[in-house]
Amino acid sequence: MYLLIAGGGKVGSNLARTLIRSGHEVTLIEQRSPRFDTLEAEFEHQVHKGDATELSVLERAGIRRPPDIVVAVTGDDEDNMVICQLARERYGVEKVIARVNDPRNGAYFDLLGIAPTVSATGSIMALIEHEVPEHGMIHLLELRKENLEIVEVTVADDAACCGKTIKQVALPEGSRLISVVRHGKAEVPLDTLMLEPGDSLLAILEPGKEDELRKALVKE
Amino acid sequence: MKVIVVGCGRVGSAVALDLSKEGWDVSVIDEREDSLGRLGDAWSGGFFVGQGIDLQLLRQAGIEDADAVVVTTDGDNTNIVIGQVAQKMFSIGTVVVRLLDPARAEFYRTRGLNIVCPTSSAIAGVIEAVHAYQGATAAAN
Repeated sequence: MYLLIAGGGKVGSNLARTLIRSGHEVTLIEQRSPRFDTLEAEFEHQVHKGDATELSVLERAGIRRPPDIVVAVTGDDEDNMVICQLARERYGVEKVIARVNDPRNGAYFDLLGIAPTVSATGSIMALIEHEVPEHGMIHLLELRKENLEIVEVTVADDAACCGKTIKQVALPEGSRLISVVRHGKAEVPLDTLMLEPGDSLLAILEPGKEDELRKALVKE
Repeated sequence: MKVIVVGCGRVGSAVALDLSKEGWDVSVIDEREDSLGRLGDAWSGGFFVGQGIDLQLLRQAGIEDADAVVVTTDGDNTNIVIGQVAQKMFSIGTVVVRLLDPARAEFYRTRGLNIVCPTSSAIAGVIEAVHAYQGATAAAN
């Protein structure tokens, strides 16, 4: 595979090293002079110096081939957005991956249709939520394109759904249970299944329905 | 008519002052508080300190009921993003974005952004001046 990586910081350089080791062809672009010198000593001709939002720099780095994937991991969100837009819409690159530095900018990446995105803050928050579930609900997966998410709820003794059959639980529209994990074994959530303390419920729902779902399952 | 001007440098401040004189309700956003000085002591419009890409600040400045947005920060990529946010997120009809790089200007024009590129104007002006000078010299000989 041929990958173009914009941004040779910790993320970009480690990606490049790993990908090259697994036999992929990589071109790295780095703008800052002292950083470029360090990278050049290691990556030689595989690193180009320049601003990856300049068309001439992208073209010298080989974007016209085009690469299989363009990875925009600079420390600047606006730069990453522009790199991805140029790659996809001007040079016909089919896949882009972007780093979101400030999670507040995530909405802009969505707005411009740039996906997938990776945010360190977001990933760490997800791990923290997994350890300290907020109001009994853990976010497991976000399917952005499909506009769906998957959450996990562990049924407590005093949960709203405890002791009810699935049919009796009034799940909000736009949500449904996909699995009930009991004693480590996944069961199909049949209407007649009675929910017990300790059950782990997997639900799929439209974003924005979390509060309604929480009311139905966790607390009225 | 309400306009938000993002970036209060030489261009942004002059645009804000002119539009204000024309009777527009102008709100200016700049990351530096001292750029308020460019608007003069008599400035009666809005002035908000912060990043123009900050959604909360854009809302505070009144982007939701703005008729026009002018984006003139010193960062081309910041301008490109803010321009598209104004257009796509807030459906502002009149969005004008200043870009210094002619190549990006050309591409984003094809994407429906209304772009002013002073670099392109300068290049055209210089070439025209060279041609005019050459023509004048040729005529004199």
